[in-house]
Amino acid sequence: MSATGIGAAVRRKEDRRFITGTGHYTDDINRPGQSYAYFLRSPHAHATIKSVDVKPAAKMPGVLAVLTGAELAADKIGNLICGWMIHSKDGSPMKMAPHPALANGKVCHVGDPLAVVVAETLAQARDAAEKIVVEYAVLPAVADPAAAQKPGAPRIHDIAPNNTIYQWHLGDASAVEAAFRAAKHVTKLDIINNRLVPNAIEPRAAIGDYDAGTGAFTLWNTTQNPHVARLVIAAFVGMAPEHKLRVIAPDVGGGFGSKIFIYPEEVVALWASKRVGRPVKWVAERSEAFVADAHGRDHVTRAEMAFDGEGRILGLRAKTVANLGAYMSTFSSSVPTYLYATLLSGQYEIPQIYCEVDAVYTNTVPVDAYRGAGRPEATFVVERLVEVGAREMGQDPAELRRKNFVKKFPHQTPVIMAYDAGDYNASLKKAMELADCKGFGRRKRESARDGKLRGIGFSTYIEACGIAPSQAVGSLGAGVGLWESAEVRVNPTGSVEILTGSHAHGQGHETTFAQLVCERLGIPIDNISVVHGDTDKVQFGMGTYGSRSGAVGMSALAKALDKIEAKAKKVAAHMLEAAEGDIEFKDGKFSVAGTDKSAAWGDVTLNAYIAHKFSGQELEPGLKEGAFYDPTNFTFPAGCHICEVEVDPETGNTEIAAWTAVDDFGVIVNPMIVEGQVHGGIAQGVGQALCEGVVYDKDGQLVTGSFMDYCMPRADHLPTLKVDTTVTKCPSNPLGIKGCGEAGAIAAPAAVINAITDAIGTEGLAMPATPQAVWAALQKANRMPKAA
Amino acid sequence: MAGETAAVSMTVNGKPITANVDPRTLLVQLLREHLRLTGTHVGCDTSQCGACVVHVNGKAIKSCTVLALQLEGATVLTIEGLAAADGPLHPMQEAFRENHGLQCGFCTPGMIMTAVDIVRRKGNELDDRTIREELEGNICRCTGYHNIVKAIAAGARAMRGSGATSKAAE
Repeated sequence: MSATGIGAAVRRKEDRRFITGTGHYTDDINRPGQSYAYFLRSPHAHATIKSVDVKPAAKMPGVLAVLTGAELAADKIGNLICGWMIHSKDGSPMKMAPHPALANGKVCHVGDPLAVVVAETLAQARDAAEKIVVEYAVLPAVADPAAAQKPGAPRIHDIAPNNTIYQWHLGDASAVEAAFRAAKHVTKLDIINNRLVPNAIEPRAAIGDYDAGTGAFTLWNTTQNPHVARLVIAAFVGMAPEHKLRVIAPDVGGGFGSKIFIYPEEVVALWASKRVGRPVKWVAERSEAFVADAHGRDHVTRAEMAFDGEGRILGLRAKTVANLGAYMSTFSSSVPTYLYATLLSGQYEIPQIYCEVDAVYTNTVPVDAYRGAGRPEATFVVERLVEVGAREMGQDPAELRRKNFVKKFPHQTPVIMAYDAGDYNASLKKAMELADCKGFGRRKRESARDGKLRGIGFSTYIEACGIAPSQAVGSLGAGVGLWESAEVRVNPTGSVEILTGSHAHGQGHETTFAQLVCERLGIPIDNISVVHGDTDKVQFGMGTYGSRSGAVGMSALAKALDKIEAKAKKVAAHMLEAAEGDIEFKDGKFSVAGTDKSAAWGDVTLNAYIAHKFSGQELEPGLKEGAFYDPTNFTFPAGCHICEVEVDPETGNTEIAAWTAVDDFGVIVNPMIVEGQVHGGIAQGVGQALCEGVVYDKDGQLVTGSFMDYCMPRADHLPTLKVDTTVTKCPSNPLGIKGCGEAGAIAAPAAVINAITDAIGTEGLAMPATPQAVWAALQKANRMPKAA
Repeated sequence: MAGETAAVSMTVNGKPITANVDPRTLLVQLLREHLRLTGTHVGCDTSQCGACVVHVNGKAIKSCTVLALQLEGATVLTIEGLAAADGPLHPMQEAFRENHGLQCGFCTPGMIMTAVDIVRRKGNELDDRTIREELEGNICRCTGYHNIVKAIAAGARAMRGSGATSKAAE
């Protein structure tokens, strides 16, 4: 292993600009003549708009335009769309309601934008927005997904009776029924997977800039996938033809899924820029982000697991109601279906699985993918069922898991996925050693002496990443292919630019992608730069989400590097006057097999461009290659997280006493970066388990609307994390990579709740397990420890 | 452009500046929009996230929570002034890089400015518990804090005797 190749903990190339404050996030960019947008948003969860009077606002100082949903419609700006078609079990297509970028006639959630003010300064735009007079007729609202389908619930969209978007299912219902009839034990759980706000610390932002001379638009945008944004805004919204729209995603301050989607504000920034003839900038305020960024999770599930007399799992069935909010966001339909039910087999051999999912509209912010997207929800269902099942049957939870692990690969589950490789026992074993499970009894007694309740919880999770073979996802309803692209441009002096369709917003691609080039070409890492996030530079790409950039994006790069090597060998063959088949390439040097003749990398790259040693008829000059890589399968990262908690029964406060994670991510490019990804994922998962949770009141008002009342983990919520790996190489891509970005968020919630319920001795505890919730669960179960 | 403006003068990163601002202008807006010092970030509107932390007269403050006009004559240090642009990094910056204490980088300037202030107040030997408690006013959504805590402990030690303090550019 070289110091900067695959497997090395290379310090990040991108860090200097971030630690010196010289990065370029969207809000750091200012265009000449720039104006500012401020959105007027609905204060009501559900209302018809009787009238909008913009005249008083238009007269305010500095105002350039006040634009409404009616004008957007008059300009024929198309609706936002959901790009994944799901069919109900009766064969009918999902009920996608119109989603205009500015509401016209009706608002469907608190924060639904209905007008925009563009002014010389942001303060002027904000002041003027207060002068817009809107007459609403307030309608009854529903925020709770379980209530949305009930008779008499307010109907949000004409297209969707009972607010039901689809009633989907997967698996063989009658076979599962038979498995449950044969069961010796059935574990049943009612589970709420709490609604979360992603809250990347950089708020979303957009700058629209229309050039009247060329008729072309430029959009600077906080997006994880600039080409997908361009495609949707061109082809569906109809703002401009694709070749007249450039989307630039500069430095992006975290995404976690929430910056995948195409939102109203960037569409309006582009449109408004054409209307006022000036660049238009919009930056979300945090409290605005709470009502404008897609939320995550929000499932209500009834789940059951059937066991035989020995504790072998015979079947699993689940009925889930998924809240998709007021409109269908870009990929919202896929999250509670193909990203959820397909993972309900966990790490286990489960002969039969059946899952029904109803997706519903409510008067809440749209819900879409958030770190893990469907897989944390599936893991929580499976890992809670297994843990509770073990406790009910009096079996050791680790032993019950081991007994049911998939041991032979490839393994076809009853829910589409074909696991390609793994060793679940290895990660469980290593995690149990690192967590010193043998010493748990002693630690529990020590805690008891201090009046504390100690518990331990496992989560042996699996995820499907590296999304995904285009043909496969196409057959499941995806509107796009999910390959990735790469281009390698070698300069005459031998330095290299990589252009990738992946997009980094914290993942460190400028380092890891360069490491692959170092490994393959043997050139110094400082001679490599990574270009991403600009549709004018990178031809096309599908972007970064679903832990796909290593497995798919770097595989595309590997494929392009193969072509570079092949072409460079041809150049070297001409230079060294040898047959192409005799040229060997190693450590940045081309040599002729069996001789001492060689040429350095820089000599070959220069010769590729000066083209003095070969004729243009024999070989094209230049050294630039591109590749599209379409994966052959999903990848299946898996592992074991063990959480140990100490609960104070007096206050209900949970302290995470220890955390051990052993993950199998396949081949690891940079262990330092991988560990960082795991740490961050765990923190978000712990956040879901302990403190995060969106609260809407019965009228659809968002109660948790700022960092003051939506609790995210701070440094003192978390312990030092013990993170390690086991490796089974992924056979489904050329680099053996599985992906690591979401594992922590997927594994953690079940580990925490399994640990707390172990400590307090009752399963009646929902997320977030706040001190109040834990204390109430203890009281309800009458499990308060007796006074000494 | 309507509205009254008022003049304010202060020293920012060692340079005297005077600006005419709308009286409601916050320090962070003065820094980002008037002086184009965009390393100081805005991550919330409730003084919770700490992405906007700078030093005023040697102490860490949230620049989203103070009006520019309140700081007549003050000495302000931002992330851009912590080390010379073309010179060596401040030991705390170096420690964040060395320990992978950042991912997306958005909270990082505020974290580093807070970290330097922790060292000023608590010294060069910092245990995990102290660092975690002192980070109460800074939110990171990427790192799970693990490597930030490591970075601050290492940076604090490296600052001993290096001559690097928050007074560097004041």
